[in-house]
Amino acid sequence: MPIVHLPGALSGHAAGQRRVEVAGATVGKVLAALGQVHPGVGQRVLDDRGVLRRHVNVFVNGESIRYLSGIETPVDDTDEVWILPAVSGG
Amino acid sequence: MSEQIDVEAGDVLLTVGTMKGAWLFAGDPERGKWRWSGPHFRGEQVYSIRFDGRGGRRRLLAGTEHGHWGAVVRCSDDLGRSWSEPAEGNLRFPEGTDAALARVWQLQPAGDDRPGTVWAGVEPAALFRSDDGGETFELVQGLWDHPHRPRWEPGGGGLCLHTVLPDPADPERMWIAISTGGVYRTEDGGRSWQARNDGVRAVFLPDKYPEFGQCVHKVALAGGRPDRLYLQNHWGLYRSDDGADHWEDMANGVPSDFGFPMVAHPTDPDTAWIIPLDSDQFRCTPDGQARVYRTRDAGDSWEPLTGGLPERDAWLTVLRDGFATDGLDPAGLYFGTRTGQLFASSDEGDSWQALAEWLPPVVCVKAAVVP
Repeated sequence: MPIVHLPGALSGHAAGQRRVEVAGATVGKVLAALGQVHPGVGQRVLDDRGVLRRHVNVFVNGESIRYLSGIETPVDDTDEVWILPAVSGG
Repeated sequence: MSEQIDVEAGDVLLTVGTMKGAWLFAGDPERGKWRWSGPHFRGEQVYSIRFDGRGGRRRLLAGTEHGHWGAVVRCSDDLGRSWSEPAEGNLRFPEGTDAALARVWQLQPAGDDRPGTVWAGVEPAALFRSDDGGETFELVQGLWDHPHRPRWEPGGGGLCLHTVLPDPADPERMWIAISTGGVYRTEDGGRSWQARNDGVRAVFLPDKYPEFGQCVHKVALAGGRPDRLYLQNHWGLYRSDDGADHWEDMANGVPSDFGFPMVAHPTDPDTAWIIPLDSDQFRCTPDGQARVYRTRDAGDSWEPLTGGLPERDAWLTVLRDGFATDGLDPAGLYFGTRTGQLFASSDEGDSWQALAEWLPPVVCVKAAVVP
């Protein structure tokens, strides 16, 4: 299964884990499955509609999904998905 | 910096939300000495925070908004030493609405007869209800399904439901206000809603007096007189004496009828306070003078209150929830600014003192007496 790397700020909502394995053939399906296993993580990464929050970035093997196919980006069992807070604020 | 604050019965508790966290200020019953704790929720925007002393509780409710992870309602039953951290989000738009919570603008306890009920006004404009003291919320479907809703438009702050006013005499009746949508009233506990904007101007629409669509900034229920309400509009000051069926202009002798907050006296129905701003373009105190205006005759005339407030080069902005009263006699008043000052008056506005001068931008000030 793909490995999902969580930021430290969300590990508390995943029993302290920074790496979790979640099944899914696309980034969207991986994130949805992640939300099923760890709802506290899912709610903070995806909004009420299931849309990726504006200031959250997701990378697959080091590349932002914004430059791939968004949440439709395919993943396989050897891929690593990173969830990171974007640069934002003021 | 302090993370803890203690209070005794009779103390006044100010809850102050800012763009970067929240602060709590506690004053003795004379309101002369103050102590504080904060910041709570460092770095988060706190557009709604208030004390709820109903039902034997001493509960704080806060609508917090993390820049990355979204908005949630949190509770504290130990005056901010610890806050709930709802794992799954406790105020969410249900499936089928195609909406996502952006911000919690208002948390409003219902009457004392319903100590478990808390209303939440949010962005995008919607009303939520909690019956467990603010721990979980459900969408009020009757308002969400209102045929006007698709035509509500966002104002400068977003499409927000920012005011919730339960009728203290009738638990089935309540008013809400939306920017931009206007005032709506229910008389059946939220199942149906009627626009109540007759006489309120919409300067930005071709029809200046539409049924709905006004950019109402704040509405306050007068104390001591059922059916009287005061309204600060996006240009315009209004009073209603019939439960919002009709509104009368009361911008008599004010430097500007533009502003955000509206505060009504807790027991004297003829007294209210506003903080006029120069214009919708400038949105600062006129002429660089920080002045609160008070009416003692239900809006027929207004007097400037200046004691202790900066009179020169004070270009302040006070937002819609940045001004509050504590409900005591004489009424205490408190306002916070976008430039981080917090002012207090214990004599109905005649004199003021600064409680803080260097907070982050203040977006919410509420006051309560600790039971």
